[in-house]
Amino acid sequence: MVRIKEKVIEGLLMTAGMITILTTLGIIWILFSESYGFFKEVHIVDFLSDTQWTPLFAQKHYGILPLLSGTLLVTFIAIMVALPLGIIIAIYLSEYAPANFRNKVKPSLEILAAVPTVVYGFFALTVVTPFLQNFIPGLSTFNALSAGMVMGIMIIPMISSLSEDALTAVPKSLREASYGMGATRFQTAIKVTVPAASSGILVSVILAIGRAIGETMIVTIAAGQQPVFTFDIRQSVETITAYIVQVSLGDVQHGSLEYQTIYAAGITLFLFTFLLNNISYFIKKKYQEKYE
Amino acid sequence: MNSIRKNRITDTLFNYLGIASTMFGLIMLAIFITNILIDGIARIDWQFLTSLPSRKPERAGILTAWTGTAWILGLTAVFAIPLGVAAGIYLEEYGKKNKLGTIIEINITNLAGVPSIIYGLLGLEIFVRILHFGASLMAGAFTLALLILPIIIVATREAIRAVPSSLREASFGMGATKWQTIWHQVLPAASGGILTGIILSLSRAVGETAPLIVIGALAYVPFVAKTPLDEFTVLPMQIFNWTSRPQHGFIINAAAAIIILLVLTFIMNGIAIYLRNRWQKRVKW
Repeated sequence: MVRIKEKVIEGLLMTAGMITILTTLGIIWILFSESYGFFKEVHIVDFLSDTQWTPLFAQKHYGILPLLSGTLLVTFIAIMVALPLGIIIAIYLSEYAPANFRNKVKPSLEILAAVPTVVYGFFALTVVTPFLQNFIPGLSTFNALSAGMVMGIMIIPMISSLSEDALTAVPKSLREASYGMGATRFQTAIKVTVPAASSGILVSVILAIGRAIGETMIVTIAAGQQPVFTFDIRQSVETITAYIVQVSLGDVQHGSLEYQTIYAAGITLFLFTFLLNNISYFIKKKYQEKYE
Repeated sequence: MNSIRKNRITDTLFNYLGIASTMFGLIMLAIFITNILIDGIARIDWQFLTSLPSRKPERAGILTAWTGTAWILGLTAVFAIPLGVAAGIYLEEYGKKNKLGTIIEINITNLAGVPSIIYGLLGLEIFVRILHFGASLMAGAFTLALLILPIIIVATREAIRAVPSSLREASFGMGATKWQTIWHQVLPAASGGILTGIILSLSRAVGETAPLIVIGALAYVPFVAKTPLDEFTVLPMQIFNWTSRPQHGFIINAAAAIIILLVLTFIMNGIAIYLRNRWQKRVKW
């Protein structure tokens, strides 16, 4: 009797684990089946090469490039903000900061990642953009720059926390050897600990890029809804995620080609983040225990 | 200037650069919160908390939004906690060595990186359309539950892993079965860590907007939801809606609603951090 109960419980627990696999399969199935309808109508070459995205206008074009350029532009700005700051913070916290200061600062920095993204969007639109307009002529109300910068601030803790973990995991003996040779903390960090922790730092950056690509509310609110193929950071752009929101807010008929465009956009987004995730997983598995 | 001195100076400069960078993020957060408080704090009153949405900003309130958020919080917790904790137990205690366990583990790493808006597309198809929940609380809560499941699973696993094997062995030695050991020994010992993860994941769910927009949650809902199958709106949706309107009055409303949302988020995170610290201090294996 006890044995049966044990087996039943194990089965139930396993079912719970299986839900996560079903979720992944569900996502893949839905993205493929819905965008299958889309790619029957729109040739994949047009989708990838047309520089106009106007599914909601009379003159319809289905080129993903404007959405892709918008997404990558904002992501690039965000990473330009978060990468230097995140890595400097990580080095500072692991090599310089006194332990009690570090223990206070780390949770405070993580608050940045806990603030809801809609709140960041509000911040970008109502504070950062008006402020930047004082210095940058021609900065439109909705623009890639503010959205990217604010997103960068949001992902600082992703890079700093994970990188700091990687730096802290470097064995003390390596540091001590470097100090023993007369190196300063800065030299030790640049020449010894950062190279030793490079795979972990790389993983943190890749994960941050994935997060930035998939971020929705900041760009929807602050970057605008104009799918233009441009790399001008002062202009309004539309990201893949913002487009999905735009269609979801309107009322587009289920089953129509317009409706299916959000799945075509979704699958593009999914493929990007899937790729980045697996690269980071691979790096983590391959280099993880190098120094243990 | 010799090179030793130069190195010393670089070292000191980097120290200051480090402090400045660390402060930068926190200062931005402070500027932002101050701005929001200046804009919105005066707007928060009883009328704001108890009024339905309105076309006139001064008459609009967040009653439907905060009740919707409360509903979503409760329902998501009910769906996600048992599933997440159960899956975490399975992976850590049963599936560690078998192939299924490895597959689920890789899969969870992947799911944790899937953008939230993609979960919206999944929820739209499965819960809204195939299961006919419509754009209801139920559909929203299920979608968010799937979204936060990986966080709960990972937290559960870490908490269980921190329980020393001596505890399990003692229990087995007394003749307890595997499940009895997990239920009476491992879970109570790991509960602090699990609870921390649960609260953090729920705080994430409370702040989500994108997946709910995709499943069709409305910004304008003129009534308070009474059953899980009712249509709904939540605080982030209301903030988004007000932010995208031109009138200044709605921007004030958005700021006021943001204060409420931030207070909620910070309380949840504060509880989680408090629990984590207490749990780490008390339990010294």
